[in-house]
Amino acid sequence: MRQRSNIRFMSRQEVLGYVLLAVILLAIIPLSLDVFRLNLIGKYLTYAFVALGLVLCWGYGGILSLGQGVFFGLGGYCMAMFLKLEASDPESTKIQSTPGIPDFMDWNQITELPWWWEPFRQLPFALSAIVLLPTLFAFIIGVAMFKLRVGGVYFAIITQAIAAIMTILIIGQQGYTGGVNGITDLRTLLGWDIRSDSAKVILYYVCSAALFICLLLSQFIRYKKLGRILVAMRDREDRVRFSGYDVANFKIFVFCLSAMFSAIGGAMFTLQVGFMSPSFVGIVPSIEMVIYCAVGGRLSLLGAVYGTLLVNWAKTIFSETFPELWLFAMGALFIAVVMAFPNGLASLFKRYIEPKLPAWYSGKTAGLGASIMRTDSSKETVGKEALEEKNRVVSKPISKPETVGTMAPSSDEKLEGGVYVD
Amino acid sequence: MFEEYSMAELTDILFMQGFAGLILFSVLVLMALGLAIIFGQMGVINMAHGEFMILGAYTTYLTSHIFETYLPALFDGYFFVAMALAFLVCFALGVLVEWGMIRFLFKRPLDTLLATWGLSLILQQLYRTVFGAREVGVTLPEWMMGSYAMTETIEVPINGIFVMVLTLFIASGVYFLMFRSLWGKQVRAVVQNRPMAGAVGIDTGKVDRYTFGIGCGIAGIAGSAFTMIGSTGPTSGQLYIVDTFLVVVFGGAQSLIGTIASAFTISQSQSTLEFFLSGSMAKVITLLIVVGILMLRPQGLFALKIRQ
Repeated sequence: MRQRSNIRFMSRQEVLGYVLLAVILLAIIPLSLDVFRLNLIGKYLTYAFVALGLVLCWGYGGILSLGQGVFFGLGGYCMAMFLKLEASDPESTKIQSTPGIPDFMDWNQITELPWWWEPFRQLPFALSAIVLLPTLFAFIIGVAMFKLRVGGVYFAIITQAIAAIMTILIIGQQGYTGGVNGITDLRTLLGWDIRSDSAKVILYYVCSAALFICLLLSQFIRYKKLGRILVAMRDREDRVRFSGYDVANFKIFVFCLSAMFSAIGGAMFTLQVGFMSPSFVGIVPSIEMVIYCAVGGRLSLLGAVYGTLLVNWAKTIFSETFPELWLFAMGALFIAVVMAFPNGLASLFKRYIEPKLPAWYSGKTAGLGASIMRTDSSKETVGKEALEEKNRVVSKPISKPETVGTMAPSSDEKLEGGVYVD
Repeated sequence: MFEEYSMAELTDILFMQGFAGLILFSVLVLMALGLAIIFGQMGVINMAHGEFMILGAYTTYLTSHIFETYLPALFDGYFFVAMALAFLVCFALGVLVEWGMIRFLFKRPLDTLLATWGLSLILQQLYRTVFGAREVGVTLPEWMMGSYAMTETIEVPINGIFVMVLTLFIASGVYFLMFRSLWGKQVRAVVQNRPMAGAVGIDTGKVDRYTFGIGCGIAGIAGSAFTMIGSTGPTSGQLYIVDTFLVVVFGGAQSLIGTIASAFTISQSQSTLEFFLSGSMAKVITLLIVVGILMLRPQGLFALKIRQ
């Protein structure tokens, strides 16, 4: 069982990776940046939740959703509704013609709080809605699509259409949703002023901690059999199905999970930035979130965080100095990531930086997989990565006979050209 | 809500609303035809399709300016020149994009989607830099302006009729190209079985390139037609891309008849609903119905039966 080391919960590299990320997020960034910039980083980190969900659902599950903004937005709106109701108590809204309802409702001649806003007065309800509502929505979409074996490109188009519908709906129903401006002017959370500097620092830490919980959860899923089935399913769906697994259920699960992550990110966004608007729901932001994940490396959980930070940081720098150039750079990034680095930063790191690191980094127990990875000079491709994942799967001690047929490497034409993952 | 209208007025309103739907239908068909060729025949998702359309629109805009300044005598006929130019420009860019990008990504449809999205961002910014962020419109030649009175109460705009005739013309052209020409036969052969098509001597790479080019060229004509009924801005293309994709998927990706039928259903239901509801709700309900039907019948209205 010399290959067993490959399937530990975390390899030594991964442990070091998590520690490094923790040091960067929890110590270096808070200590070196002022509150304004820290808040900005906190905002970027909320997108990392979405990118993380996409790594699981797209990189591992092979399902590309172009509607993650919908879940981000749903989570964000649930949070914003609670905060807005708290901010519009009868005392502070007494100049309105109907005191006690959110200001945008008053502007739209609505005189009574809609019934579906009412439960959002309670924080426990709002918090559970943040997690459950988007997950439920994803579940409905997932059941409808995956049970009928709709996947790939069709799924991408449908999710995109759902993002479009959501945006039009939110903008159209101005009186109930705040329209194109969104829900703004949020002040306190249970009396705690979320706009003060100290609150921003605390919220940054809360956001980082939540991100780590999601990261570790994803790591756990990747390590369990579930993660392996996902990869197998992405590469050879029919074989997994013939082995007796219900492929649709796995897809639904991973899609719901990624929706939940996105929703948590959305809620953290609302808390830190202080508003939520349809501009984070539609097609454009949803596809932009895919690029965060692609830049980091669609198979790398940590890469998602770095990719998100890097792209957003570049976006801020570009938009501050050369706003004209940003879209060019963004477009070029899309093309370059797809054509030249299908595995993003993570593959560049593995190819160029990792071999130069001292030996203790990989550790003596790193096993066969790691040594192949470092000595092989052939081109790093998605296909190879997928193959590597397969090898890891093969190396797992077989506990149930049914997995044998599924995982055997095949004379699969798709792997040879180095083009997989779709 | 109907009490204040008489029966005759109601019929007229329905007719006018139906006609507005027909114009929307024509534009949707023009846009979707190009996409149906690219997506249906090649399986490639071209997210920059809207930007190709806008390129056609800007070409028309430039042509109208050139005719206005240098050849005012021929201004009445500039539109036909503009359409030909729009087709050629978009065709050339399409061939270039296929050669430089798409052909490497054939087996990764989702990656094509992202790469063409990147292309669309670049094109948008390019339009913004060259033509400015403001929307531009073209001057229509005199014969296209005004409207034609069918009865005392019903008037239909002439440019709308022109767009419809154009759509009819292009759609039948595409039909002949795809189903009645040698080239179309080659395209369909490549779609059904790529290795075999190659084995019998079809240059599949070349077929792909021209298929993509023609799809983009038709988008250019759609853009050209679009200038007659609306103004053009750098991001106008993005507004239509989802509708267009839904039209193609709803109709059944590989069926031209399906594309036309679904464009008809979507545009008519939207313009009819618009009369009863606000514009945004009409769109939401239309899209929801389409998505709902697609969830129940993923292969679309008219699925082509091919053994996989």
